[in-house]
Amino acid sequence: MNELVVETKELTKRYGDRLAVDKVSMTVHRGEVYGFLGPNGAGKTTTLRMALGLIRPTAGSARVLGSPAGRPEVTQRVGSLIEGPGFYPYLSGRSNLQVMARYRGLPDSVVDAALERVDLASRGGDKFKSYSLGMKQRLGVASALMGDPDLIVLDEPTNGLDPAGMADMRALIVDLARGGQTVLLSSHLLAEVQEICHRVGVINGGRLLKESTVADLRGGTTLRVRATPLEEALAVAMRIAGDDKVELAIDDNGDSIRLAVDPERAAEVTRELVHAGVDVHEVTASERTLEEVFFEMTGPANGNNNHTSSKEKVS
Amino acid sequence: MTGAITDVMRSTRAELLRFRRWPAVWVTIGAWLTMTALFAYVFNYVSYATGDGSFSNEGTSTDALLADLLPAAVPQAVAQGMPMFGGAMMMVLGAIVAGNGFGWGTWKTVFTQGPSRQSAVLGSLAALTVAVATTVVITMVFAFGISLGITGVESQSLVWPSLGELGRGLGGGMLVMEMWALAGFLLGILAKGPALSVGLGLTWALVLENLLRGVGSLLSAVETMTTYLPGTAAGSLIGAIVDPPSSGDGTPGVLTVLSGTEALVTVGVYAVILPLIALVLMRRRDVA
Repeated sequence: MNELVVETKELTKRYGDRLAVDKVSMTVHRGEVYGFLGPNGAGKTTTLRMALGLIRPTAGSARVLGSPAGRPEVTQRVGSLIEGPGFYPYLSGRSNLQVMARYRGLPDSVVDAALERVDLASRGGDKFKSYSLGMKQRLGVASALMGDPDLIVLDEPTNGLDPAGMADMRALIVDLARGGQTVLLSSHLLAEVQEICHRVGVINGGRLLKESTVADLRGGTTLRVRATPLEEALAVAMRIAGDDKVELAIDDNGDSIRLAVDPERAAEVTRELVHAGVDVHEVTASERTLEEVFFEMTGPANGNNNHTSSKEKVS
Repeated sequence: MTGAITDVMRSTRAELLRFRRWPAVWVTIGAWLTMTALFAYVFNYVSYATGDGSFSNEGTSTDALLADLLPAAVPQAVAQGMPMFGGAMMMVLGAIVAGNGFGWGTWKTVFTQGPSRQSAVLGSLAALTVAVATTVVITMVFAFGISLGITGVESQSLVWPSLGELGRGLGGGMLVMEMWALAGFLLGILAKGPALSVGLGLTWALVLENLLRGVGSLLSAVETMTTYLPGTAAGSLIGAIVDPPSSGDGTPGVLTVLSGTEALVTVGVYAVILPLIALVLMRRRDVA
């Protein structure tokens, strides 16, 4: 069996003269939770739609479970919630799932199990149009779970959920992965992705900027030093770690220096700084959050939003 | 191949489930039954009972008026309303079945369940056909009910229509109603929504085609074209069944422009082409 559950090659979608998705090549492995990360309008949903065969790529290809995306034999094994839940407003939540179960050729018994799983069993008899945003979202997830598909694609699954609902949803996704199902989810909530995903793809402006494990992306642990005067501290730090391993970080507590060195060297760094007559206020081992990495990658200064600014960066 | 057939059957069952529980479907059918009751029976019976001439029976003798209300005339009485009024209601039904799926995002959900797009759309068309057939049968039964009531009240002897007449009424009515439902379905897919498709469809069926027929009587080029329009064909098919009066105004929409056979073939061609276009459109389209 193919280990690659989703594989896109130079997937491209053009609307008029706007490139919504630009040569995205991504891979999702069997059994992992893959986080598709990017700001609103980055091209996440468009990419997922192409992977589900809902829209045709302008160029490139998408293969899911070893076959071209959108083939009946593929969609049968994929559960999805894409761009908000689409259900019949006049039917109850339970009836909506019964309709979808018939499309899938599943018995009605899967419906109550799915409702139970997303905590909607008690409201299953109410009309879909009377549901809150969060309940509609949960019904969409319930529908995606029916029939235990090999791949579950969830587009912003925590949209509209309250904090407790979000926590439940995260637990559910972790649970699915533990049961051997592959989950591909998109999100703009970095904390969420950091918490539950094994691998992430970062997309912005239609382009896949990076695809790696969460740990790799965060780039290991660094040493954060708060010291004054800053200029002298910076000079000392560069001498110890090398010019390219030091950067200035600005946060709520004021300016600090971040050294990409083993935290074991904290004592050495402190000693050198004190020797140079610098006042050391704080030395901590810190790990970058995905959020920091993300903003570094997608920020306008990085030139990923348009192609001209990357040249300006040189000056 | 068997997989595709299974998928179509699954889709049909799914669609039938949601039709059954959809109030709009029952409202549409109810509106049609009400129209049938009023125009085929209530108004005519009142005018028979009171001896008044109403707009739909001018120039008809009271005996003929009563004969039209009795069970023997049910197939014709019911079929008369179908080319225009019944057809219009079925067009609304087809348009909401296909058109709402875009705004609600349900086509999207359906297309990610497993059956191919063709299977899903064919399933929806099959379910629509079942709904139309059910409507035609319900209408006949309903009309027999009213008619039997009148027979009793007026102490008339009970005469049933011949099987042939009943078959022609059911078959012709079914074809006409189905053609309009399919036209509505296609419009719903073209317009990607119910509102525009219902508006355009009703304007076409109730207004434009009549106007074109008027222009056609002046310009022979337009006349040839209007002869084969869906409304004309449907009206002629029913005209061949009910044999409308050659003079005076019959039921609106019932015509004798085409012969029965020509009309049957034309309506049949529409009933094949309209869903084919719908299938081709949905196969290629991006569903957001």
